[in-house]
Amino acid sequence: MYWQAEYETITRDNLEELQLQRLQQTLRRVYDNVPFYRKSFDEAGIQPGDIKSLDDLQKAPLTIKKDLRDNYPFGLFAVPRDQVVRVHASSGTTGKPTVVGYTKNDISNWSDLVARAITMAGGTNKDVVQVGFGYGLFTGGLGLHFGTERVGATAVPVSGGNTPRQLMLMQDFGTSIIACTPSYALYLAEEMHNAGIDPKDLKLRIGIFGAEPWSERMREQLESKLNINAFDIYGLSEVLGPGVSAECPEKKGLHIFEDHFIAEIVDPDTGKKLPYGQPGELVLTSLTKEALPIIRYNTRDITVLNAEPCSCGRTHVRMQRVTGRTDDMLIIRGVNVFPSQIESVLLEFGDTEPHYLLVVDRKGNLDDLEVWVELNEQFFSDKVRALEDLENNMRGRILSVLGISARIKFVEPRTIPRSEGKAKRVIDKREI
Amino acid sequence: MEPRSNETKIQIQKERKLMKVKQISVFLENKTGRLAQVTRVLGEQNINIRALSIADTTDFGILRLIVNDPDSAYRTLKDAGFTVSTTDVIAVEVGDQPGGLARILEMLQGKSINIEYLYAFLQKTNNNALVVFRVEQIDDAIDALLKNNISILGGSQVYAL
Repeated sequence: MYWQAEYETITRDNLEELQLQRLQQTLRRVYDNVPFYRKSFDEAGIQPGDIKSLDDLQKAPLTIKKDLRDNYPFGLFAVPRDQVVRVHASSGTTGKPTVVGYTKNDISNWSDLVARAITMAGGTNKDVVQVGFGYGLFTGGLGLHFGTERVGATAVPVSGGNTPRQLMLMQDFGTSIIACTPSYALYLAEEMHNAGIDPKDLKLRIGIFGAEPWSERMREQLESKLNINAFDIYGLSEVLGPGVSAECPEKKGLHIFEDHFIAEIVDPDTGKKLPYGQPGELVLTSLTKEALPIIRYNTRDITVLNAEPCSCGRTHVRMQRVTGRTDDMLIIRGVNVFPSQIESVLLEFGDTEPHYLLVVDRKGNLDDLEVWVELNEQFFSDKVRALEDLENNMRGRILSVLGISARIKFVEPRTIPRSEGKAKRVIDKREI
Repeated sequence: MEPRSNETKIQIQKERKLMKVKQISVFLENKTGRLAQVTRVLGEQNINIRALSIADTTDFGILRLIVNDPDSAYRTLKDAGFTVSTTDVIAVEVGDQPGGLARILEMLQGKSINIEYLYAFLQKTNNNALVVFRVEQIDDAIDALLKNNISILGGSQVYAL
């Protein structure tokens, strides 16, 4: 079943023609309306008209996270703000988030892409979709929500957390599709078991999971514990939100919706475009976005592209499930976390940055973050209460800036290993 | 009260300073062996501990020490990699009979002086117990104690014990 068959099964020739046409329009639009892109193209010595083939796209410079940060909040918008009907935000590498925006058409296209993903997973307008991704500035919740409404299914906007209520609604509302992070789904499965609820007594049949990497092993666990068919969905706010790519029933990679995005793989060290079949950083160019078109955005996600025809009939290229990144970003409970964000919080408390270490683990099924802070003299107080207050304040600021809660552990000086080169700031004990 | 001249003020400050005792505070993680390490390091430098107390929480402890040479102890512990600080405290002689401490605490409370914590020395002087006080308003506390004829041991006396 296809949501938009004519696009999902379009011939490669027609697709490439469509891509080139949309690409050239997009390049023109950003060159004319976004000072950052005009400057960046001029500096690279290229004009939109120089891109005469899809192959020429690699002449354009890459866009990186820093560019969004430097143009905070609305500097990269290609339309006047009164045409922006929604903004979302994602974690920045320091205190400020990165901001993205959408016009009415953008929201509509986004809804269609998520509708494709839901349809690919077997969802129809007869389903009840419990949206367990966070609603708010994060694109996950509203992304799945609007896709659900577009398909015509019944959206249950629970957002994340409040597990007893999630289970109650699953039973009472007859939820047939659960959409959330895979680690939260595992946690739900456990709580379901503890509550004595047999998933076979529920109407659950499909799971749509994303926002963090997950393995085939996790898929097996989810499918057996929840009695569902589990599918991966991929996306990032800088390019769209969830719905950049999604798994079809073959489950051998995620189809990138190439009528809306051009996908390239580049070498992490040189930035040069690599042929399909080789692992590298996924670089995405939007073809239809109006408010925030983005050219060659380096996602820093490592994947492999596969152009082999898929037995599902879709002609769009497939990307292998993402398992790693080339930067130091972590995903904790579905939230992007940069170690440098923690740094900027700790700097609020003293004159110099203390040595710190992020220890990430997965206890039970939920990610857990502990921040070790070397207590040097600038922070030390003879009063227990002062240290406890410091701990609470740091924890509060981390929650405020990062959106997730972390424990603070004060350690003695020299507990955290020093290194010659770049300090190793993260110990990730999770085995996905 | 007559307004004090500058000379008198400076004199009073000097006297108060003499009455203060330097306490060393050390941050300790809740790991085995840390306390032993501290005492070993001090012992190696021939530093004698006169009084000690540990305030502990689930996550960490603060070790407080009165030693015979606080400056040396501070440097030694710092060199050994500990996080150290010094705090001014008061060493008060308390009559060694029931009610001795109560009398002093009530007097301080009467003057609205907040006590952060207190602990006892390892030895007595004459027939008195010796108690370390950390208070919020140390100068006011010293004045109040002296005015009430309560005996305070100054820094140099404590270090020489």
